[in-house]
Amino acid sequence: MRRARILPWLALAVGVIYFLVPLIATFEFSLRILRGRYSFQAYANVLGDPQFQSTFLFSVVVAVATIVVGTLLVVPTAYWIRLKLPRMRPYVEFVTLLPLVIPAIVLVFGYLKLYNSSSILPLTAADWSTNVLLVFGYVTLALPYMYRAVDTGLRAIDVRSLTEAAESLGAARATILFQVILPNVKVAVMSGAFLTFAIVIGEFTLASLLDRPAFGPYLQLVGANKAYEPAALAIIAFAITWACMGLIQVFGRDPRTASRPAF
Amino acid sequence: MSFLVIENLRKTYGDHQVVQAFDIAVKRGEFVSFLGPSGCGKTTTLRMIAGFETATAGTIRIDGRDVTHLPPNQRNVGMVFQSYALFPNMTAAQNVAFGLKVAKKPAAEIKRRVDEMLGVVKLPHLAGRYPYQMSGGQQQRVALARALATSPQLLLLDEPLSALDAKVRVALREELKNLQRDLGITTVYVTHDQEEALSMSDRIVVMSDGRIEQLGTPFEIYNNPRTRFVAAFVGTLNILKAQVIDAAQGAIRIGGQDFRAARQLPERNGETCSVALRPEAVTLHDPGNGGNRVKGTIEDVSFLGAVVRIKVGVGDSRIMLDRFNTPNLPPPVRGETVTLHFAPEDVLPLESVVA
Repeated sequence: MRRARILPWLALAVGVIYFLVPLIATFEFSLRILRGRYSFQAYANVLGDPQFQSTFLFSVVVAVATIVVGTLLVVPTAYWIRLKLPRMRPYVEFVTLLPLVIPAIVLVFGYLKLYNSSSILPLTAADWSTNVLLVFGYVTLALPYMYRAVDTGLRAIDVRSLTEAAESLGAARATILFQVILPNVKVAVMSGAFLTFAIVIGEFTLASLLDRPAFGPYLQLVGANKAYEPAALAIIAFAITWACMGLIQVFGRDPRTASRPAF
Repeated sequence: MSFLVIENLRKTYGDHQVVQAFDIAVKRGEFVSFLGPSGCGKTTTLRMIAGFETATAGTIRIDGRDVTHLPPNQRNVGMVFQSYALFPNMTAAQNVAFGLKVAKKPAAEIKRRVDEMLGVVKLPHLAGRYPYQMSGGQQQRVALARALATSPQLLLLDEPLSALDAKVRVALREELKNLQRDLGITTVYVTHDQEEALSMSDRIVVMSDGRIEQLGTPFEIYNNPRTRFVAAFVGTLNILKAQVIDAAQGAIRIGGQDFRAARQLPERNGETCSVALRPEAVTLHDPGNGGNRVKGTIEDVSFLGAVVRIKVGVGDSRIMLDRFNTPNLPPPVRGETVTLHFAPEDVLPLESVVA
């Protein structure tokens, strides 16, 4: 009996040590830039670096663009499949899961082959069009998370009846999508959006090989050339990811299910 | 002139005919119910009227306009669903206002109409509530107000009371009928509940296997079921196999005893036929009108409150009868031999196959 109670605690302790010790060690190391005392100087260096600011801003803009494009692509697709093509669902799910199987490096080499400056669609010929390509690439990478989240959201509402109710009231498809469906999967879109944000903000492969001034390559650059700043950056990156997860928790709580009055 | 005219409407999925040659003409302001078991094609027919399903063949005309190939949002038809289908992100008032906003009505008119409709369904105090904050009955009333707010020319209801509990269902059924009568709106109501159909409708369409079995007033459907299916589906009936003795005279034999039916029988002498007998048409005491008399043995007695249901064995057959409960007349006992009495007019010959 006693033994049975100790084992789970032991497992938990091992897990906590496994995950927390490296994090604490990194944090502790990031504070030791000044000899003989702890300070946040490494953080000040990182945050004060104009390159940090510009690359971080670039990645935030790209992440927001990815979220907007991804939402506009995924919500109508998932809605249409639920409504009219339920038999296509397994195939679409398979396609959306492919980015988890195919490494980003394969994807980016494919892009470079298809959209290089001497191709029919030379997207990599100019900065702006390369940025567009980068956003499209990120939409693909975030697809598994975005699609799953939205599809789960759609499952929670009666898509068919709501659509038909709106149709019988005279609404056209676009009105139904933006006024009825989207507001009801808002929570799902939000959690998909935060996951997308967390992926895009630190992504290295695509940004580096497309030569974009993003946060991922900056992380790598700092990591290769400095000692204490990379540790500070790692902690900052963790903080950003956790903030995203926290926001999912905050916005992910659906007020419609939080309190159900008893009738 | 008929307001809703459906001619030769058909729907097939692959080889499966869901609705076959459906014809009906509904008058303006009429309340028509489609009654039948699940899978009989009643909901599919309703959905074709609403425009959610495309007809394989046939035409649907509303007030003279052919709407067969119009999309649902151009038919001006109000629809109420079994699942209520209220928009979860909108309050009751916003739900009711939705159709009016889509129609781009002025804000003042929308507000006036929303207040009016919530008043009609007796829920003005719940205007600010979200669907999850309302009971099933309240949600369905809001759904009704929403469907009526745009003043549709036709109201379609797809088993709107099925998801509600028994008490609310009966209360809402009466309100719905009164509201329909007051507004004079032409209504098509789909249900599998015969009591609902009988109590609310001007006319009932009894459906089975995608076909109309019988179309008539509740009185006709209940008292003169044309087929075995209608007889079995509407109300509780005794359906008995009988041997035809003399078709012209309506003489038949059940369990070795002879009876008379007041109508001619379609079968020839010596053939077997099906006849129906309502439980309330059979009595244990002799009314003295020279009707049918038959001896039998009490097999079962169920006390249902106001009514006592008695099952009597007659040869191989069983006849069920209902008697009002009277405190000073105790119910009969099992095994007792009794004489049943019923009028020849109450013996209803049933068509075995509908032409």
